[in-house]
Amino acid sequence: MSDLDTFYATMRRQGITRRSFLKFCSLTATALGLSPDYIGKIAYAMETKPRTPVLWLHGLECTCCSESFIRSAHPLAKDVVLSMISLDYDDTLMAAAGHQAEASLEATIKKYYGNYILAVEGNPPLNEDGMFCITGGRPFVEKLKHAAAGAKAIIAWGSCASWGCVQAAKPNPTQATPIHKVILDKPVIKVPGCPPIAEVMTGVITYMLTFDRLPELDRQGRPKMFYSQRIHDKCYRRPHFDAGQYVESWDDENARKGYCLYKVGCKGPTTYNACSTVRWNDGVSFPIGSGHGCLGCSEDGFWDKGSFYDRVTDIHQFGIEANADTLGATAAGVAGVGIAVHAALSAIKRAQQTESNQE
Amino acid sequence: MEVDSETKFRFVQSVYVYEAPLRLWHWVNALCVVILTVTGYLIANPLHSTTGEASANYLMGYMRFAHFSAGYILAISFIGRIYWAFVGNHHSRQMFILPIFNKHWWEEVFFEMRWYLFLEKEPKKYIGHNPLAQLSMFFFVVLGSIFMIFTGFAMYSEGAGQGSWQDRLFGWVIPLFGQSQDVHTAHHLGMWVMVIFMMVHIYAAIREDIMSRQSLVSTMISGHRMFKDNRD
Repeated sequence: MSDLDTFYATMRRQGITRRSFLKFCSLTATALGLSPDYIGKIAYAMETKPRTPVLWLHGLECTCCSESFIRSAHPLAKDVVLSMISLDYDDTLMAAAGHQAEASLEATIKKYYGNYILAVEGNPPLNEDGMFCITGGRPFVEKLKHAAAGAKAIIAWGSCASWGCVQAAKPNPTQATPIHKVILDKPVIKVPGCPPIAEVMTGVITYMLTFDRLPELDRQGRPKMFYSQRIHDKCYRRPHFDAGQYVESWDDENARKGYCLYKVGCKGPTTYNACSTVRWNDGVSFPIGSGHGCLGCSEDGFWDKGSFYDRVTDIHQFGIEANADTLGATAAGVAGVGIAVHAALSAIKRAQQTESNQE
Repeated sequence: MEVDSETKFRFVQSVYVYEAPLRLWHWVNALCVVILTVTGYLIANPLHSTTGEASANYLMGYMRFAHFSAGYILAISFIGRIYWAFVGNHHSRQMFILPIFNKHWWEEVFFEMRWYLFLEKEPKKYIGHNPLAQLSMFFFVVLGSIFMIFTGFAMYSEGAGQGSWQDRLFGWVIPLFGQSQDVHTAHHLGMWVMVIFMMVHIYAAIREDIMSRQSLVSTMISGHRMFKDNRD
């Protein structure tokens, strides 16, 4: 592939018509929440800018991010983005394997040093010198550091790369560590989710390629355009929440009516993601739409926050089933009994004193 | 020995301790805490579902409105209370500053502990808070309120949205705790700490009013500390 090719040239070569190309541009502008005059700017950028090479590394992960990514809802978006990003290395998707694949990684790093985007799926385990994840014959953490050294920016795909996810759940025997704690000198864009929504992934990458800059990030390094609001804030069942109408137990009448899943442990109120607006599988549905609460998969440490059906975290120091409310209520009960006993003792003591005073 | 009422009457002393703004703050704060506790509990554990069209109901909405309003009033009056610590009499500062380097103060703390453990026969007189009360006021009222205000406004900022002043002032609290759910857990725990404080506080105030040598409950109404005898 030539590094002089523009996005547009590549697309045309792949048989995409001008009409389809412009459709893609308007779709992208809409997906990124931009005004219509950006359609032209996106089209212009794609016609003039050379494609940015992307290296896609896989660490300790399950490939659900890739699975999600290749299902990017609009078929056109899928085709275009896959050709657009000049995916020079992705050991799962690329045709090459073994030494050829590793050679292409090295070639890309060398050729585009300082200019490529590094997308990381999964995370490196640091325990035992990183021996829990070996790719291409060496610990993944070494490969990651090597590839990150020449990267312009790093995208942390999914909850694994962003927070640690299941392999970093307590007690985290392999010491799986999120990317931003291993690569400290580069901007890391977190795109959490298990997996992240396909359109969110393509949206982030398209934004970076067309505007040649990082999307605006929130305090925790997530793109604001997709992670600035909670599932709850845009949930279509929100009116039932405000009205005080809840599913009381699974499969009850209220569940059939589609009431709010707050009482059966929906984590929508504490989860930042775009599921309730973008939805999944070409906008077909999302967990709440299918009658199940949100598990909070895009939140930090979601495996360690107790049951998937609890909105407050269990506090295991006080028994397996204790949460803040059971613990608090118990403590308040104990305090109440303590006060009653103390009051009774005080009364007795006082009665004794009055007696002795009168003597 | 029994002192007859008339002789006693001549020796009864009263000191003006709590000025009007401080007393007003106390009762406004008390009301807010009660509202916040009840509505907070019901937000976390909602009442049984309402029926009918969603648009005809707004139970959770009202609950949250009451919670947020009381939270705002509590936070603003707490700021007012801090202001009063600067301009009020010296009792108004007692809650905020612990004389932890004062050996005598610590002795009094332990004395009060012994008094509550029935190991002391007669309590001491204090014009302001007794040292043990001062200690608990500092930890529960001052630090407790700050904790609840910060975690509360951090969660409020989630709804207010990024870039809102609540987010800019308090949004950093969420990553500090980990994530939103951890802040919720901490806020719930904080509520229970406040509930236990309230229970102990009300009990101790009534008990002291009866058993100590000075007034407690009426002092927070009139501002005057009355002493039941004129011994030291």
